[in-house]
Amino acid sequence: MPPKIREATIIQMKETEKPEKGNKIIKQAAQAEYKYGFVTDIETDVIPKGLDEDVVRRISQLKGEPEWLLEFRLKAYHHWLTLKAPTWGHVHVPEIDYQAISYYAAPRQLKKGGAEDIDPELKKTFDKLGIPLEEQLRLSGMAVDAVMDSVSVKTTYRDRLAELGVIFCSISEAVKDYPDLVRKYLGKVVPYTDNFYAALNSAVFSDGSFVYIPKGVRCPMELSTYFRINSAQTGQFERTLIVADDDAYVSYLEGCTAPMRDENQLHAAIVEIVVEDRAEVKYSTVQNWYPGDKDGKGGIYNLVTKRGLCRGDHSKLSWTQVETGSAITWKYPSCVLKGDHSVGEFYSVALTNNWQEADTGTKMIHLGRNSTSTIVSKGISAGHSQNSYRGMVKIAPKATGCRNFTQCDSLLLSDTSGAHTFPVIEVGNDTSVVEHEATTSKINEDQIFYCNQRGIPTEDAVGLIVNGYAKEVMAKLPMEFAVEAQKLLSISLEGSVG
Amino acid sequence: MNALKQYIDLYDESRALIEQQSPALLNTLRNTAREQLREARLPRKGSEDFEATDLEEVFAHDYGVNVNRLPFDADPVETFHCDVPNMSTCLYYTSNDAFHSSATAERNIGQVVVEPFSMAAVDYPELMNAHYGRLACMSDPTVALNTLLVQDGLFIYVPDGVVAERPIQLVNIFNAALDMMVQRRLLIIVGKNASIKLLACDHTQSPDYRYLNNQVIEIVAMQGSTIDFYDLEESTPLTHRVSSVFVDQHEGSNVLIDGITLVNGFTRNNYHVEVNGEHAETQLLGMTIASGEQHVDSHTFISHNAPRCHSNEMFKYVLDGNAVGAFAGKILVKPDCPRVEAYQGNRNLCGAPTAKMYTKPQLEIYTDDVMCSHGSAVGQLDEDALFYMRTRGISSSEARRLLMQAFVADVIDGVRLDALKDRLHYLVEKRFAGTLSNCASCMAACRPANKEIS
Repeated sequence: MPPKIREATIIQMKETEKPEKGNKIIKQAAQAEYKYGFVTDIETDVIPKGLDEDVVRRISQLKGEPEWLLEFRLKAYHHWLTLKAPTWGHVHVPEIDYQAISYYAAPRQLKKGGAEDIDPELKKTFDKLGIPLEEQLRLSGMAVDAVMDSVSVKTTYRDRLAELGVIFCSISEAVKDYPDLVRKYLGKVVPYTDNFYAALNSAVFSDGSFVYIPKGVRCPMELSTYFRINSAQTGQFERTLIVADDDAYVSYLEGCTAPMRDENQLHAAIVEIVVEDRAEVKYSTVQNWYPGDKDGKGGIYNLVTKRGLCRGDHSKLSWTQVETGSAITWKYPSCVLKGDHSVGEFYSVALTNNWQEADTGTKMIHLGRNSTSTIVSKGISAGHSQNSYRGMVKIAPKATGCRNFTQCDSLLLSDTSGAHTFPVIEVGNDTSVVEHEATTSKINEDQIFYCNQRGIPTEDAVGLIVNGYAKEVMAKLPMEFAVEAQKLLSISLEGSVG
Repeated sequence: MNALKQYIDLYDESRALIEQQSPALLNTLRNTAREQLREARLPRKGSEDFEATDLEEVFAHDYGVNVNRLPFDADPVETFHCDVPNMSTCLYYTSNDAFHSSATAERNIGQVVVEPFSMAAVDYPELMNAHYGRLACMSDPTVALNTLLVQDGLFIYVPDGVVAERPIQLVNIFNAALDMMVQRRLLIIVGKNASIKLLACDHTQSPDYRYLNNQVIEIVAMQGSTIDFYDLEESTPLTHRVSSVFVDQHEGSNVLIDGITLVNGFTRNNYHVEVNGEHAETQLLGMTIASGEQHVDSHTFISHNAPRCHSNEMFKYVLDGNAVGAFAGKILVKPDCPRVEAYQGNRNLCGAPTAKMYTKPQLEIYTDDVMCSHGSAVGQLDEDALFYMRTRGISSSEARRLLMQAFVADVIDGVRLDALKDRLHYLVEKRFAGTLSNCASCMAACRPANKEIS
């Protein structure tokens, strides 16, 4: 047989093999293990399940809070009773029994020894998660606030930051040490009346981080909070408050993991950010809560309210998020651009696999003149997952000369997954320009074929293409995070390619 | 407040009269409609898909409803001309909600059937029974209200394999000397491999009265059929319109709908397209030029229920004065529908500080092998282009007008009838110049000149 014909036959065979192989790889990838799914065996003080006024009072009492904060919690609790859980998201949040959740869980050793003397078991946990709590072990200068269940375990580099006047501590400590500052800003960006989950969080919030950057200070290191849910049948309701005074700058990172459990756990957090004149805040999240197993069993319900107020002129707030975890994500980090010439940015990569559901996006509310915003959202859906972008760009009539650019792309990696976009644009004047574009498609077969031709297996090729697709967002992450996020993306994708 | 109540009460009071004056077929769905309206409320501003539009307010006015089917004195055929130069059409008139066939139109033009429901129910009972009310989704209270009160409608049927040579032109006129609401209803069935071009235009002859047109159009495009539907609105600031178009597309069918609003008061256009066959093609085009207090809201939903189909949407708005524009479009691709290509575009020019635009383009995709995209932009005319034209001695207002005309041109260029295309370019030019009513071939010349768009 002449060689030409033989070659042709071989090529033909490979072509027909390709889809089969691709599917197999996808299946393998979908079965990738969640490596942070261990449970720390540590004694934990948990208050009994259920939610009523007494529980709210008890949480406040356990944390030794002043009267005004208890009042704030009670008002929020009573308002929450009047609300119904929102149903407009493109996610299926099952009826949550709020009486079957424990609202406060604290590792016991911590309570005895105090924040400086950490239980070795806890330290091990965070070491295992790659979050060393010993300052000398850290090569990169990053201050960490580690939060396990309802309390902050340790905050590193506090003294060094204090020299510059930067306050970085848990919100419980901030309430005691800086009550005026907390009172001035708490609930001002996300009031307890904002939505169902915000009201719930305002009533029962446990710990979280408080950051204050004084006027003219550029925070010398990245600040980071690491959230870990450990106890079963508890919810995590943390609250983060970041204030950047005039001309200040801070880059803040947030990471999170949870053990693998068959039950679903609730995480309803609030993040509030205030940015004053010419200040800049960069908020990055790598969200890796337990997403549930391949059959959609278990996983965290991540129902979060995040909002920043660019109050000052020329202020800037940038949200960057890599969302790979959670069974359900319902999250819209937003910017209220009140100051003239203020800037809002939102860069997001949301990857859903198996039976995960994500409804995420942003709101850019332009109130100040010549304010600008950029939205880049990249959704990747695999398995049986549903991934939605939901966003709003609103330009108030008096906000003249505003500019917005939105790009939201979706990549579908399986024929059983869904990708959706729900943007809303409202323009109230004739000097602003708003642009929105979105595309949905699957990975180009030609690109995969090109990689295959050069000896790159299909799975690696997909990894390459997806990483390239998400690069625009990844480039906005701080370096340490970018490496982690890229790895995370590959792991989450493993076997989901075809 | 429940604006629907007055109409439901009217129905309950005059039920016997309404049923007596209607073909029996229309009475069969009234109970369902009545049941739907029992708990229904018209959407208020801010509710889902009604970000800028308050239907409660639109229906709240005390409109008269001609349940007695009293004839009006004015004969539209005598008093109103709306023809497209260089285009021979079969002309039909609807005066308020009564159908007049003109002298130029025979009842069956080369086998194309155009007749009122009252006759169609006798001539084509099977088709009427099978399709009347099948597509119109009564969960929408305006559709239910139409079904509840409608007493006649227009039936257009193109049998299998028939290609209508001349376009059908339907001139809808309001000319009652009182505030009035009408329930216009159209059922269009185009058989296998058949083809039709339909041009509908809405006019108002008495500009001092308030009118509300609550219309429902059902279009069935059989296998391999081609339908062009051009819907031109050129009414008055006191004319309100809520229009719902439902389309059922079969394999290989090709449907083009082009909605153009030049002068109106309030308009809400709903387009609901179900693409049920492979290789079907859908084109939805829309163009709005609005100034003063005009309000135009378009809502589209294209559901791709079959693989390998193609849809394309483009809506353009030019807003001036206090005009409000809204566009909400959704493309749905159902599971197991690979190789669907769907594009959606919405481009808007805001020409005044008080003009407002709301836009919500949406994609909902459940299949991976698709090419879908949407784009939306709100902005102004290109300053560089304006400057370039100024340097060539073109006045600022002329330059703006030229650029605006160019902006909307591609929607007009989508029209598949050359004579109509030319006519629309001409009407748009006049609209931008603010002299539309003076030049239209209306013998009544009843409308005041529109404000020039600057």
